[in-house]
Order: sequence, then structure tokens, then C-alpha cells
Amino acid sequence: MNQIKTLRDIPTREQLAPGHRLCAGCGIPQIVRFVLKAVPDPKVVVNATGCLEVATTIFPYTSWKVPWIHNAFENVAATASGIEAAFKIMEKKRGRRKPRIIAFGGDGGTFDIGLQALSGALERGHDLLYICYDNEAYMNTGIQRSGATPKGASTTTSPAGRVIPGKLERKKDLISIAIAHGVKYAATLNPAYPVDMYNKIVKAASTSGPTVLHYFTPCPTGWYFDPSRSIEVARLAVQTRIWPLYEYDNGVYRITVMVKKPRPIEDYFKLQGRFRHLLKPENKWLLDEIKKEVEENWNRLLKLSGAST
Amino acid sequence: MSTIVKGRRIGLNGDRAVAYAVKQADVDVISAYPITPQTIIVEALAEYVNNGELNAAFIPVESEHTALSAAVGASLAGARVFTATASQGLALMYEILWIAAGLRTTIVMALGNRAFSPNINIHCSHDDAYAARDTGWIQFFAENVQEAYDLTLQAFRISEDKRVLFPSIVNLDGFILTHSLEGLYVLDDKDVKDFLPPKDPVNPIDPESPKTYGPLDLYDWYIEHKRQQAEHFNNTLPIIEEVFNEYYELAGRKYTPVKTYGMEDAEVAIVVLGSSAGSVRYVAKRLRRRGRKVGVVSLTLFRPLPVEEIIEVLSSVKVVAVMDRSYSFGSPGAPLFLDINAALSNAKERPLLFNVIYGLGGRDLTPDHILAIYDRAEDIARSGEVKERQIWVGVRG
Amino acid sequence: MSIRWKSWKELPLGMVIPEPATSLEFKTGSWRALKPVLDENKCIRCLLCWVHCPEPAIERLEGDRVRIDYNYCKGCGICANVCPVHAIEMVMEGGEE
Ligand code: SF4
Ligand code: SF4
Repeated sequence: MNQIKTLRDIPTREQLAPGHRLCAGCGIPQIVRFVLKAVPDPKVVVNATGCLEVATTIFPYTSWKVPWIHNAFENVAATASGIEAAFKIMEKKRGRRKPRIIAFGGDGGTFDIGLQALSGALERGHDLLYICYDNEAYMNTGIQRSGATPKGASTTTSPAGRVIPGKLERKKDLISIAIAHGVKYAATLNPAYPVDMYNKIVKAASTSGPTVLHYFTPCPTGWYFDPSRSIEVARLAVQTRIWPLYEYDNGVYRITVMVKKPRPIEDYFKLQGRFRHLLKPENKWLLDEIKKEVEENWNRLLKLSGAST
Repeated sequence: MSTIVKGRRIGLNGDRAVAYAVKQADVDVISAYPITPQTIIVEALAEYVNNGELNAAFIPVESEHTALSAAVGASLAGARVFTATASQGLALMYEILWIAAGLRTTIVMALGNRAFSPNINIHCSHDDAYAARDTGWIQFFAENVQEAYDLTLQAFRISEDKRVLFPSIVNLDGFILTHSLEGLYVLDDKDVKDFLPPKDPVNPIDPESPKTYGPLDLYDWYIEHKRQQAEHFNNTLPIIEEVFNEYYELAGRKYTPVKTYGMEDAEVAIVVLGSSAGSVRYVAKRLRRRGRKVGVVSLTLFRPLPVEEIIEVLSSVKVVAVMDRSYSFGSPGAPLFLDINAALSNAKERPLLFNVIYGLGGRDLTPDHILAIYDRAEDIARSGEVKERQIWVGVRG
Repeated sequence: MSIRWKSWKELPLGMVIPEPATSLEFKTGSWRALKPVLDENKCIRCLLCWVHCPEPAIERLEGDRVRIDYNYCKGCGICANVCPVHAIEMVMEGGEE
């Protein structure tokens, strides 16, 4: 497992086959392809119910070239725990080689219904790499709000109405939740920064014990933007400081993509149907609140990482 | 039960007897959460592991849902896996019960039978066992501590048999069996090893041969998968009997899917599950001494239901009282009653049947209750008429 | 795929898909309305399109040349959008190339 410097260093071999039914322009495959490239064999993937699961394994079609297990929605971390514990003891008792265990959950399966199982797995210290692909709503069931939906976003269960202009609650802070469990490595990822993303996967996979990666997953279908602009949207999330790229490595926070001069948040919002209502004058109060929170979060990370503005 | 028995006689409660069997089975993974009345099982297993008496991974999970979810993962990975639960814990596991069976795991679970809430109660009902009845798990009912031990060992062997590959539940009545100290024979470790060699998994998770477990399955193949699972599940009965026979040769204790007493000439019979069978048999014995033609049928195997055996022992009886330690709201009968009715539905001869609800939440079943049930059965046999399809016993009127 | 079952009796145990990558039989190229067309002469072999294609329907060849696999390309247009030198153009499917 090596850190890379340029895109050229990314291994060519693909372990996710095309022919899957994820939407055109979906941001999920990029993290899956990268994880499969960066984490050496032998490995096993465990997947929560969600877009990735339904679209890549419609019987008898599977896109996976590694062992892949889906149990249910809220239990990916639990299932992965069992697989990890089993291989560990079988290695000891019968010499069967233990593969690396990778768990993928969406934001619903991670922030909401699967949070308890994730908490248990992190607390017990299983040796597994947990990746949350966060498209910020229940997309598989048709764009309902989740605990990961950002403030202001319009979803089918937090619609931008005349009285309530979208979701009014904040997004949970997954990385802080993971760190509070004592994980050794946790990081945020974004597809527009592929080298940063690849290297964080390598770091996470070479850290023993549980590690958590939180991946920004552009979703043209649920965020209402043109699929060709997936990467553009993703990059803007970083450049507006809405999605800071940072890592927590054995107690040390580090912002890995420093955004010296942020782009206006409006640039990010106006590309996406889910946020467009925030640009109306009557919703300025909400936009201001969001701006303030984005700034606070950035300053918090600056402080934690000991960096200066 | 035969008298030629092997092994040592010791005293254990039901929970400890199960834990002892699990240790002798040399399980790889234990994934369980504490819940009364099975907690002693997981405590005992944690002790074995932490004292180095059992080389296994003990996963101290944060809920029963995770207990079974982790067990599914571990079993698919190729490990021999055990879990235990009761009541609300089983209810929390419910969605995963189906998955564990459909993916053909070989998990063995001890279920310390306990009533469902509300109100919260820690004593025996069979609500939890019945909740699992349609899920594709093989289910055994132990009548005493010896059976809890023996059935646990046999359950591993049966579940892991390549012609079976379904998970098993060993039911033991909460407190009545889980917490009562009884004398039992335990086998030598070596005999258990011979009977139960290490699990040779079928299609385990293997990076050399990548498979996709638990995919999305729409109208294209879902029903074929269920059809196959149904056939394979129903085909397990003769294999279960085969293992029972092998165990008889090893241990000297003979198990049969259906246990009968006095059925050679019985005109009325009681059908019952679990520890109550002993009490019913005790009363039946007294009545038979007085010349009354009463019998007892208890099921050691509840799933798959041994239909042919049930027809054989019950079809020529005049009246059958089916005892259910559970209630099914709005249904014409509780689960065992429905099962026995359905089993007999096309028999050439069939008895009149009525359903007895008893013992909910640990209420005692007394000899007087049993006597009254036999009296009623005989009345029906004389009159040829069932006035009440369902009665409750042991309830303040 | 060697797995074509006629009856429930033949299905693999445990509802598994016993082989990897069988989705290769499902050609998602038919979803495409717009088609990416690559001008090899303009391409500077930066690999951005290869990195970002979600299918993946862009193959990385010898010397970091790239090739679009129209069997699977869904026509999302990401490749054209990320290409720094506009070597990929989206055209109407079935139109002129
Ligand atoms: S249009 Fe989309 S799917 Fe097609 S090659 Fe380009 S990035 Fe891939
Ligand atoms: S993004 Fe453009 S320049 Fe880079 S490899 Fe692809 S086609 Fe060539």
C-alpha cells in the first residue's frame, strides 16, 4: 500500500465491473473503484442496503470482483464485525488467511439507522475500514431527508415550502462521532480531489483497528443538477468550505486541502435544485445562518489543526 | 430414553448445560447480548473464553440485532457460530432471522423462552419461539436440562450437515429450564469431537472465489429462490432423524421428532411443547393407572413440523387438546393449534380438536389444570361436540 | 455468463451470485442519449476522464491513452466536463460524429 503523487500512480486494475445501474453521473462508483484499487487483496466488502447495494447486485448480475455481502440496512458495521471476528479466530485456529474487511454504508445507513451498529463496531475495535458514501439524503427511496442532509436542503420530506424552506436542522458531524469512539484514523474525502482521496484510503487501510472515511457523493438525481457537472459540484463544495477536506491521524488534525480564499457559497447552491430556494430574498436569514455555520466549522478545524487563516 | 448412557453425571441449570455443550462444540464465534433468562449462557461462555477453556471470539455486541447480524457475517465467513436470546431480543432480531436462514447460515441459537411485552415479564411463554416459526430456522424444544444439552450438540451437527445448511433454535423454557438445577449426563470432549468435527463450510466468503451474497432479487428470481429454500427446508426431516439416531449410538439417549406417551390406545390426547410435557405426562400416568385412555404427544421438533408422525399418532384419537403457551390475536387458534389442525386436515380420520391457552408469563400449569383438560376432552369424546374451540386455564375468572 | 438456470432446482445455494462481474452482461450503453467522442489528437493523456468515469466505461491503455467503451457508457458527460483540453465532445446519439 503506497501513497501516490499523481493520477498516473493509481493502479489500472478495476474490481468494480461496469453494467451496474447507478444513475448516469453518480458519484458513488468513484469511491468504490478507488477503495478497491487502494486496498490490497485479499479483501471482503460488506454493504448496507442503499443505492450502491441495489444498483450493483441485481440478481443474477453483480458488478463485484471481490466477495461482497449484504445483510440488511442498519447492520453493515455489525455484519462486518462478525466477518472480522470470524476470520481472526479462524486464522488463529485453522490458519485461514484473514482478508481486509471494508464496509460501505450510505448516509442513511450510517448517520441514522445504522449509527448504533457503527458505534458498537467502533467501540469494540474491530479491524475494519468503514466508508460512508454520503449523498445527503435517502436517495434509494426517492430523496428523503436524513441526519446527513445539510441545513437548507429541500428533500421530499423536508420540501422547500412557503412556511418552512427546506431542512432546518444541521447535519451531524460524523468524523467527530468517530473520533469520540477513539478511532485512530478518520478523514473526509471528495471525488474532485482524487490524489488526496486515494492517499487517505491508503492511510485508513494501513491503520489497524476501525477507521472511518466520509465521502462526499454528488447525486445528480437527488440534488437536481446536470450529471456532467458532478465533479464541478464536488469541487465547489470544497472551495466554498462547505466540505472541508481534512484528516484525523493518531490525535492530529490536518486540513489536507487548504482553502485560502473561499468561493461564495451561492456558487455551490445555484448549481443545485435542492438549494436554489435559498437564493430567494425571503430565505436570506437561512442562507446567512448557513454561511455562519460554514465559517464556524472551518475556524474550528483551523484551530484543531493548529493552522492559521 | 434409553438407560445405556455414556458420559459423566453432573448438576447444571439449563443455561449452563447449553453453555457447556457450546464449549464442547468448540465454536469459533459467540455473538450475543445479555437478556434474562438466557444471560447465564453468555456469561458462562465469556468465562470459558477469558479463562482459555474455549478458543473462540466472543463479540460483546451492543444489541440483539447486532448479535444476529454479526453471527450471519461470521457464519458466512465459515465459522461455527452460536448466539442466544429471549423474548424482546428475538423480536429485535426478527428481520435478520429470515436473512440468516435464506443465506443458509448454520448458526445455532439458544432461546430461553420468555413472554413478549407488554407488560414486561421475564418468565416463560412461547411467543418468541412462535415469532420465529415461519423464518426458516429449524426449531427444537427441550423438555428438561438433559435435552437442552443434547439438543444443542445435535443442533450444530444438523445445521452444518451439507444436506441441511439451515440455522437452528434450541428452545428451553425460561426459568423453568434455564435456571433450574438438574442432574444430567455430559459426554466426554473426545466423543463430542468425533460426533461434531470442525465445520466444513459450503460456499464460505473466499477472496479466491468471489461471490455476491444477499443481492437484490426482484420478480425475476425471488420466487424461485423461495421455492428452493422451501424444498430444502422440508427435506431436512430425515436428516434430522438420522443425526438423532447417530447421537443415540453415541450417547445412549434417543431423540425422536415426536414423543408419545400412552398413544397406543389413547382416546384423548394432549399435544404440548417444552417443559410442560413432563407435567402432562405425570397426570396422564395417574389417569391411565385408573384405566382412563389418555395420551400425551410432545414435539421435540417444531420446525420443520413432523406432519406424517403427527398424523400417525393423532388421526385415530377421538379428541385432541392442543396446548399453546402463547396467544394469537384474532386468529381461530394459537400457532400450535393451527399447525396440528393443518397437519391433520387431509387425514382420512381426524379427531375433534380444541385449543388450550396456558402458562402465559410464567403462570403455573398445575396437575388440576391438566386433569380438567383431560376431563373436558373426554366429555367432548362422549358428546361428539366441541362447544368452545379455545379455552384458557389458570386464569383468575 | 455460464449461469442460466432453467428451474429453481438449479439455482445456487443461499441465493448467491456465484461468479464475479456478471453485470458485464448488462449493457448500460443503451441508456445513453448523448455520446462522448474522443479526439485522440487533442488528448494529453492526463487520465482525468478515466479517474472520474463512474461506470467505469473509460479504459486506460498503454501509454495512458484512453478508450471509451460504448457498451457501458451512459453518456453522463463527466468525461467531457473534466477534460482540460476539450478532447471529448458530447454529440447526440445516432447523430453525426
Ligand atoms: S459520458 Fe460518462 S459514462 Fe460515458 S465515458 Fe464519459 S464519463 Fe463515462
Ligand atoms: S481527460 Fe481529456 S486529455 Fe485527459 S485523458 Fe481524458 S480525454 Fe485525454
